[in-house]
Amino acid sequence: MAKELLKGNHAFAEAAVRAGVEAFYGYPITPSTEFLEYMSRRLPELGRAFVQAESEVSAINMVYGAACTGKRVMTASSSPGVSLMMEGISYIAGTEVPAVVVNVMRGGPGLGNIAPSQGDYYQMVKGGGHGDYFPIVLAPASVQEAVDYISLAFDLAEKYRSIVHVIVDGNMGQMMEPAELPPMREIPKEAPEWAVSGAKGRDANILTSIYIEPEDEEVTNLRLLKRWKEIEKNEVIFDEYEIDDAELLVIGFGTAGRVASSAVREAREEGIKAGLLRPITLAPFPQDRLIELTKQVKRILVVEMNSGMMLDDIMKIVQGKVPIEFYGRMGGVTPLPDEILDEIRRVAANQDPGADDPRDEWIVRMDKMLTGEK
Amino acid sequence: MVATTEVVYQRPESFTDLHTHYCPGCTHGVAHRLIAEVVDEMGLREKTIGVAPVGCSVFAYRYFNMDFVEAAHGRAPAMATGIKRVLPENTVFTYQGDGDLASIGMAEIMHAAARGENITVIFINNAIYGMTGGQMAPTTLPGMKTTSSPLGRDVEMAGYPIRMAEILATLDGAGYVVRRSLHNPANIRKSKKAIRLAFEAQERGLGFSMVELLSSCPTNWKITPQEALEFVAEEMVPVFPLGDYKVSPTLEGLKV
Repeated sequence: MAKELLKGNHAFAEAAVRAGVEAFYGYPITPSTEFLEYMSRRLPELGRAFVQAESEVSAINMVYGAACTGKRVMTASSSPGVSLMMEGISYIAGTEVPAVVVNVMRGGPGLGNIAPSQGDYYQMVKGGGHGDYFPIVLAPASVQEAVDYISLAFDLAEKYRSIVHVIVDGNMGQMMEPAELPPMREIPKEAPEWAVSGAKGRDANILTSIYIEPEDEEVTNLRLLKRWKEIEKNEVIFDEYEIDDAELLVIGFGTAGRVASSAVREAREEGIKAGLLRPITLAPFPQDRLIELTKQVKRILVVEMNSGMMLDDIMKIVQGKVPIEFYGRMGGVTPLPDEILDEIRRVAANQDPGADDPRDEWIVRMDKMLTGEK
Repeated sequence: MVATTEVVYQRPESFTDLHTHYCPGCTHGVAHRLIAEVVDEMGLREKTIGVAPVGCSVFAYRYFNMDFVEAAHGRAPAMATGIKRVLPENTVFTYQGDGDLASIGMAEIMHAAARGENITVIFINNAIYGMTGGQMAPTTLPGMKTTSSPLGRDVEMAGYPIRMAEILATLDGAGYVVRRSLHNPANIRKSKKAIRLAFEAQERGLGFSMVELLSSCPTNWKITPQEALEFVAEEMVPVFPLGDYKVSPTLEGLKV
């Protein structure tokens, strides 16, 4: 199929349609609203289910219900809306039913703003809802990648009976760029054997997240953990750029990773041996690859559109074996390639990296930048 | 001479063999039984999906021999919506208490009714939170003592009981909304008929249906089962009048 010029949210929605989504339940919120608008027209014309719920709380519980029938089901929202969904997400995880949630992230905390952000890293990657569970988190960096990984998200959700988050930021939801949509997939006619569909000719199926005996809950927790270990083993995805002889490793995901790739290209033109690692699965994180790279590179620069959340995970993995520096923009500010290029130059030129917390050093630089001090 | 036997009473097929965990004198068991009988009589068991609530009836799914899911507190109507929209040929019902439906789940029940979701809701109103040990509910009567209104519900401080059947009947999406009581055999029979009509409404695609059932909670009311039934008749019925609040014309005259 040919490439078309598509608006992010519309492309993501159509990708889900073609992946066979049979129901979308959502609530309007900027900058993800076009996702819901698109579904409100598209799904009824295909005879599939669409409901504009009264709240994100209700939307995710509708998703929970449909997920229990084994149908492909999803919702899309943005940061404050996803906070409200965390109740249902935890129940979905506890009941071990598949569902896909797209978060088009915006600036926060609180009402924040509607500008692009990666400030939900902790909320999405670390669970967000209550209890012991492990969501799969995909972080594409272009409309095309999001289209591709939304399809994959449904497959992973079903393979592992897991919640799968696809996180993008407002940039990607709102921008238009060329992308190729996949062909329409066939919708399976048979419900999975665990699903509720009416107990005809079989014993009743019960789907619940309650395990009133602590020992039973513990068995469930262990099952979820072992399944997560399988996911860690099988499902890590990342992208690399100019990595083979890289001495300065830039790490960023989503939009920040994409902007960083431009900066790496320019740095190469200046003779700086920079390379980029862009995790696409934030959970499971490309931990083994990063450990491998710590044996190769001399310096690491982490770039994010938040206060250094992935940075914490990277520091834990690198364990001080390579000096790490950080550059973040927060509050809905997207870094420009030149800003990151300046950072690459600064890190490359600094022959004597301190042992301070990279976040502390960055705060000093941020203060100076924001106050215009030289 | 060949002896013939006629079965006049038996355990519904829609029930499992388990004993319930409900307290002596609680009317949850009666409500469960009525639903099971109606589902049997209408031949719906193999296509019914129940949605259990959070509250004393959190384990309702153990007692019904049919597919069941267990919702988050108050979210059963949303979960039922999610199911019914992808399985429109199935019969979907929720079973909810007053804290679940009229407090934390107020948005979900109102909007499910407003959308005319073709689901059936069985609403157990016993004016108290049972599972957490007897706290004030949105339907607790004025002056009624609970563990969180120890001096009696003070309407100046804690407001007034909510009449859900009356409220939901105002919504155009509702096809059948009634209130019945489980305090004596005559009213239990009427309750069963109402449950039947609620499921008939769903089978006929008439939109949202709800049967509110006034129920007893001797344990948390701290009175005997007999006194609890008298309390329902004498104290609850005046505040929550029994009656038909919305009956789709299609159901009028239906003999069940």
